[in-house]
Amino acid sequence: MEQVLNVVFSTAFLAAVLRVSTPLILPALGGLISELGGVINIALEGIMLIAACAGVLVSVWTRSAGLGLLAGLALGTLTSLVLAFFHLNLKADLILAAIALNLLASGGTIFVVYLVTGDKSSTSRLVSGQMPFLRDIIPTIADLPTIGPILNQNILTYAAFVLTAAVAFFLYRTRPGVHLRAVGENPEAARSVGIDVRRMQYLALILSGALAALGGVYLSMGYVKFFARDMTGGRGFIALAAIYLGARHPLGVLVAALVFGAAEALAIQLGNLRVPTQLVQIIPYAATIIALVLYAIAQRQRVAARQRKFRQAA
Amino acid sequence: MSTEPLIVAMRQIVKVYPNGLRANDHVTFEVRPREIHALVGENGAGKSTLMKILYGLEKPTAGAIYLRDQLVHIDSPHTAIALGIGMVHQNFMLVPSFTIAENVVLGAEPLRGGVLDRKAAIAITRELSRRYGLEVDPEATVDAVPVGVRQRVEILKALYRGAEILILDEPTAVLTPQETQELFAAIRQLVDNGKTVIFISHKLREVKEISDRVSVMRNARMVDTVETASVSEEQIARMMVGREVFLQVHKPPLQRGEPVLQVRDLEYVSDAGVEVLKRVSFNVYAGEILGIAGVEGNGQTELVEVIAGLRRAVSGCVLLGGVDITRASPRQVRRAGAAHIPEDRLTNGVALSATIAENLIVDRFEQPPFTRGLLMQPRHIAQHAERLIEQFAIRAPSAELQVGMLSGGNMQKVVLARELSARPKLLIAAQPTRGVDIGASEFIYDQLVRARNDGVAVLLVSADLSEVMALSDRIAVMKDGRLTAIFSNTPHLSEEEIGYYMLGVKHMSAEEIAANW
Ligand SMILES: Nc1ncnc2c1ncn2[C@@H]1O[C@H](COP(=O)(O)OP(=O)(O)OP(=O)(O)O)[C@@H](O)[C@H]1O
Ligand SMILES: [Mg+2]
Repeated sequence: MEQVLNVVFSTAFLAAVLRVSTPLILPALGGLISELGGVINIALEGIMLIAACAGVLVSVWTRSAGLGLLAGLALGTLTSLVLAFFHLNLKADLILAAIALNLLASGGTIFVVYLVTGDKSSTSRLVSGQMPFLRDIIPTIADLPTIGPILNQNILTYAAFVLTAAVAFFLYRTRPGVHLRAVGENPEAARSVGIDVRRMQYLALILSGALAALGGVYLSMGYVKFFARDMTGGRGFIALAAIYLGARHPLGVLVAALVFGAAEALAIQLGNLRVPTQLVQIIPYAATIIALVLYAIAQRQRVAARQRKFRQAA
Repeated sequence: MSTEPLIVAMRQIVKVYPNGLRANDHVTFEVRPREIHALVGENGAGKSTLMKILYGLEKPTAGAIYLRDQLVHIDSPHTAIALGIGMVHQNFMLVPSFTIAENVVLGAEPLRGGVLDRKAAIAITRELSRRYGLEVDPEATVDAVPVGVRQRVEILKALYRGAEILILDEPTAVLTPQETQELFAAIRQLVDNGKTVIFISHKLREVKEISDRVSVMRNARMVDTVETASVSEEQIARMMVGREVFLQVHKPPLQRGEPVLQVRDLEYVSDAGVEVLKRVSFNVYAGEILGIAGVEGNGQTELVEVIAGLRRAVSGCVLLGGVDITRASPRQVRRAGAAHIPEDRLTNGVALSATIAENLIVDRFEQPPFTRGLLMQPRHIAQHAERLIEQFAIRAPSAELQVGMLSGGNMQKVVLARELSARPKLLIAAQPTRGVDIGASEFIYDQLVRARNDGVAVLLVSADLSEVMALSDRIAVMKDGRLTAIFSNTPHLSEEEIGYYMLGVKHMSAEEIAANW
C-alpha cells in the first residue's frame, strides 16, 4: 500500500498522467464537438488508428515528423469526411457507418503495415519520426528540479490543453460554434433561421476527425515511436465516456479525460510492482464504468436531496 | 379603398405532397398592408401548408406569389426572411439551452472583431422587447420560461430579422387567457408600427376580436375572404365546416356511481426541487365528469402525469377501482382501467414516425387479437385501424400513413380513438381540444359525454374555462398546487365566480372541500 501511495505522489506519476491523458483529451474534445453538433462520432477509435499508422509510415518515408503529422491529420480528417458523407449525403446510419470504419481501420492499418514491412504486428523495425518534446525546444527545461520532468511533455500534450481552450472559445464565442450547438440541439430551429444544418454537421464531424487524428499521431509519434496493431486500445471509446462524464462541456471533458488518464497511469506504475498485470490492465476500463455509475448516482442523489429538503420545509 | 398594392398575393397555389396528398388546391390568398388577417379552417384544411409555402419551407407544385405586386420565388426560409417575412410556427423553433437573447439573434448574431458580441445581443433584445411591448428577460434560458414567453421570443426573432409580414400559426393554442390578451396587445402594437400580421386560429371568438379580415379554407380550397365585422362566429363556422356547428353540450341527468378514482394527500416535488402538488385530495365517480379549472402551470399537468404513472408522487396515495396505483408504471395504471389523453400529444400522445395503425394499438399490441403467440396479426391490426378511422372520422388517406404527416386535429383524433376504444373505467383528458377545430371539438365533447353516460369516470383538465363549464358535472379549481375549491352545483356557477378561485382571491376551507370530495 505504501508503495502505491509513493507512486501516486511522485512527480513521475504526475508527468505520466499528462502523458497518458493526451490521447484521451484530444479525441474527447473531438467527440464533444460531434456530440454537440448532434452527430456523435463513434469512429474516433478508428480515426486515431488510421492517423497513428499514417503518421509513422509517412514520417519514415519522408524522414520528417512534421510531414508525418500532416499526413496523419489529413487521413484522419478524410476518414471522418467519409463518415460524414455516408451519413449526411447517403443517409447511412451514423452508428453503423462508424462501426464499419472502426473495423476497417483495425484491419486496414495492419494490412498496410504488413505490405510495407512484412510484419503483422508493428512497425518497430522502422525508425519513426517523433514530435518534439519541450526539451527539444528549450533544452534547459529538463534540468529544472521537480517540475522539470512534469514540464517536459510532448508538444502535442501542450496542444491538447491549448485546444481545450480553443474548442471552448469556438463553441461558445464564435458564430459557427454557436450554430453547431444550435443544430445539435434543435435542427428544425436552426434550419428555420437559415442555418445550413448539413454544413454544420459536416463541420462537426470534420473537426472531431481532426482532433481524434491528433490524438492518434500523438500515440505513435510522441507517446511511443512506432505503430502497433490496435494500439489505441479503446481510447477512442473511453474518450466518448469522458464527454458525458464531463457534462458535455470542454473543461469538464478535460477533467474527465485527466481522471481516466490518472487511472491508466496508475495501472502502468502498478505494473512495475508485483501486482498481477491482468488486474492492473482493467483499471482504466473499470474506472470508466465506475465513474459513469457514480456520476449517475450523484445526479439522482442531488434530486432526491432537494426533494427531501422541500418535504421537511413543508 | 386606397390604391396601395396588396402586400401579399398568393395566386392559384397548388401543393401536392410527395405521398400524393393534395393539401392546397388552386388557393388564392391576398393580404393588405398593415392588416390583421385571420386564416381559419378545419384541421387538415391546408392552412399551415399555405403558410409554409409563403415562408419557403415547402415548394408549391404550381402557382405564383407576389409581394407588393412583384413576382417572387421563395425557395427557402432564408429568402423569405430577406423579403421581410417572418413565421412563428405551431411548434416552437427555439434552442432550449440557449438564452433568450441568443435565440433572438441566432443565425444573424452581432459580431465584434469576429467574436460574438453578447452584450449587443442582449441590448438588441431588450430594445426590441421594449419597442413592441413584448416583455422578456434576455438572459434567461428558454427552457426556464413558460410558453407565453417562448412565443414572445419567437416573435422577437422574426422582428430582429426585419419581418414586415408576420405569420402566427395558432399562436393562442398554448396560451392562457391572460397571455392571449397580452399577445393581442402586442399584435396591435405591431400593426401600429406598420407591420402586417397573418393569424391562424381555431378559436373564432379570438378571430372576431383581433382580425380585420378573415379567410376561410375548407378541404384544401379557399372558400372566401370577408371583412370580419360583416360576419358572425356562427357564419364563419358554417363556412369552415359546411354545416351548422353546435358547441352546446347536451347531457342527460347525472347517474353518479361508485368512486372510481380516489386521490388522497397527493404531493409531488419536481426534479428542480419545486413543490408542485400540495396535499391534493378528490374523488372521481363513475358516470361523472370532474373538470379541473385553473390557470395553466398551477400543477394540473403534474397531477395528471402522477395519476397516469408518468411521474412519481413524493407522498399520498392514488386508488383506481380500489387498487393502489400510487407507484404503478403507466402500463399498470392502464391495466387498472385508466385511459389518458395527454396534454402534449406530440411527445406523449403519438409516435410520430409510426403509422396510424401502429399508434392505435400501442397500448395493447401484445394482446389478442393483435398478437397470437409471438407473431403480430397484421390483418387484425389493419381492421382495427380501419374501424377506428371510420368511427372517429380521422382524415387520412390510409392507415399506413405516418402519424407525423397528419394535421394537428387529426393526430388528436388518433389519440382519442385509441384511448376511448380501450373501454376504460377512468378517462383522463388533458386539454383534449387544444389545437383542434370546432367541428372536431364538437365531436370530442360528444365522445366525452358519451363515455360519461356509459358510466366512465372522466377527469377533464382544461385551460379553457368555458370548456370546463360546459362539460363538467363537478368543478375543482387548482391554484399553486392546491385544490382551492370543489363545486357540485355547477349549473349555478358563473365564470366570474370560478375566476376568483383561479386567481386565488377566494378559496374554500379544507372542510368545505372535503365535503365535496
Ligand atoms: N409533410 C407532409 N407530407 C404529407 N402530407 C402532409 C404533410 N404535411 C401535411 N400534410 C397533410 O396535408 C394536409 C393539410 O395539412 P396542414 O398542416 O396544412 O393543415 P392545417 O390546416 O394547418 O390543419 P391544423 O389546423 O390541424 O393545423 C393534411 O391532410 C396533412 O395530413
Ligand atoms: Mg396547422
